[in-house]
Amino acid sequence: MTQTGPQQGQSLRLTGVSKAYGGFKALEPTDLVVNAGEFLTLLGPSGSGKTTLLNLTAGYVEPTAGEIRIGERDVTRLPARHRNIGMVFQNYALFPHMSVGENVAYGLNVRRLPKPEIARRVNEILSLMRLDGFADRAVQQMSGGQQQRVALARALVIEPDVLLMDEPLGALDKQLRRSVQLELRRLHQKLGRTTIYVTHDQEEALVLSDRVAVMDGGRIQQLGTVDDLYDRPVNAFVAGFIGESNLLPVRVLSTSAGKASVDVEAFRRTIAVEAAPGTAAGEPARLLIRPEHVELGRDGDGVAAEIVEVIYLGELTQLTLRLESGQTLAARQITDRALRAGARVHVTWKPGHVRAVPHFPTKPTKTEKADA
Amino acid sequence: MTAAATLLQPKARTASMSRRHVETALLLGPALLVLALLFVVPLARLFSLAFTDPAGPFATFGVLAESSVYRQVMWNTFVVALMVTALCVLLAWPVAYVLSRLEGVWFGIALYGVLFPFWISVLVRTFSWMLLLERNGPINRLLMATGITEAPLALLFNNVGVLIGMIHILLPYMILPLYGAMVRIDRRLLLASDGLGASLLDTFRRIYLPLCLPGLAGGATFVFLLSLGFFITPALLGGSNAITLSMLIASFVNDRLAWSLAAAGSLALLAIVLVLMGLAARLLPIERGLFAR
Repeated sequence: MTQTGPQQGQSLRLTGVSKAYGGFKALEPTDLVVNAGEFLTLLGPSGSGKTTLLNLTAGYVEPTAGEIRIGERDVTRLPARHRNIGMVFQNYALFPHMSVGENVAYGLNVRRLPKPEIARRVNEILSLMRLDGFADRAVQQMSGGQQQRVALARALVIEPDVLLMDEPLGALDKQLRRSVQLELRRLHQKLGRTTIYVTHDQEEALVLSDRVAVMDGGRIQQLGTVDDLYDRPVNAFVAGFIGESNLLPVRVLSTSAGKASVDVEAFRRTIAVEAAPGTAAGEPARLLIRPEHVELGRDGDGVAAEIVEVIYLGELTQLTLRLESGQTLAARQITDRALRAGARVHVTWKPGHVRAVPHFPTKPTKTEKADA
Repeated sequence: MTAAATLLQPKARTASMSRRHVETALLLGPALLVLALLFVVPLARLFSLAFTDPAGPFATFGVLAESSVYRQVMWNTFVVALMVTALCVLLAWPVAYVLSRLEGVWFGIALYGVLFPFWISVLVRTFSWMLLLERNGPINRLLMATGITEAPLALLFNNVGVLIGMIHILLPYMILPLYGAMVRIDRRLLLASDGLGASLLDTFRRIYLPLCLPGLAGGATFVFLLSLGFFITPALLGGSNAITLSMLIASFVNDRLAWSLAAAGSLALLAIVLVLMGLAARLLPIERGLFAR
């Protein structure tokens, strides 16, 4: 692979792209721009439309409506073989009747490149993927982690405009997954190739991505950096899907300029909090409190609660609290041996870290709007 | 049994193993006995007949090789078998492909469509073809009524009739192994090939066909071997105009009582088949496709 700048590949632009199978809408009309060299993760539960979005981008599925551009090229109606994409499947889909080297060379062979160039590029990518000397191995002889690297090498060697990965670590065990994540990150920093990565594992998304699109119900619920998603989720789904969270039912009394006055039944009081756009009086909403933002005091004007469970995590302690209303609340504290099950405490929260969010998924909302 | 346990009880282990050998031998014994007495011995006796002709040990083979009629029959047998195999591959391919893509009720219906002919005896099916293919039979009447031909075609008592009848009977033996190979192919391999920029032809040639090869080779072997030894269908549909080796051997035995010639003919057939199968196994990259799971 030639050593060019840290940005390789093309930008990707989806405009109003949707997919319906009969009456079932797998993907609602979606706009998405992935910048050249960016690593974007599609994160969501199964059935959220993330794989549909990936397959539309790859060209394995034709959109019902909308336009897809790779760089300046309109590829909406092009089949995958004409799009110059690199695809890594969850089960790797390595060709079982070919050696490792033949698998990697496949995309170059079908492009009818000269044999010496194919040999050179295959050797380069194998050595980049730390697979030197494996070229003649049968793919069945390779371990899961090695097969994953072969699949990645096969996708990268054709120098794709966009690299697409569909849960590529799903078949690996947990420890291996961790090290492969770091390797993927290192590789992306080195190659800077435009990448779309599909996963349902939020940790994977946080480790790897420049930006994350959280998907649910065939929609991008929120697109933004990891910080955006964690600190400023646009709705209860995103708040619950990223990180740990307490989501308490609330009644929105009034909103103004990004703030809301909400009646928290669990606390039996009305408080003023930050509010996500779309939070409106009378609409269903939740109050988001991250466990690390819960503060405990011996007395004062906090909400009275009882500690019902204590799990020491070393430096931190994970607590489960039961409020007087019966609602439970997760909290995380610097370990303090005085915090024992049965102890009575008063719960307060860090101001500015508590947020009202709409409960039902809203229309796709851009992060820029959420920041406004 | 662990290695340590094996070291501690070597005697117990050999004793139990030899007992198991006795059990195995006793269980297999009756079947082996029947096979040996009723199959291997008569077969050896038959083959020995080929070498014990009064005219000399290899005289029978000489007779077979020198007669242009017999050479013609052997040639015809292999040509028919090859044509049946080739046409079965061509006809079975789309059927097997459709079967591999169908699901649920439609798959069941299609599969029974393939298997249904097995329920009817070969003899009955061959006689049915005689009725259908004869000079004034329904097929010729249809061809003439629609104006495709002026005069009735000769569909019976030649190689055309033999091919039609044999393909009809042997087609399932080609379809089923081919279907088995096709249904095991992971669709994502084809998507991966497509994504890597391969044309449809490349994806077929480099991915789909090699992965189908085990089934194709298995089915072709079945069909080729069965058609070499086919007797009823060529005898009834081909008649004296399309004599095959099996018909010749039958005529040596039934008409001329020339057992040594029949034995030599059978032996020659067996030898040629073994050579061909050996060549095919050597030349086809079947074992690479066998990895396709």
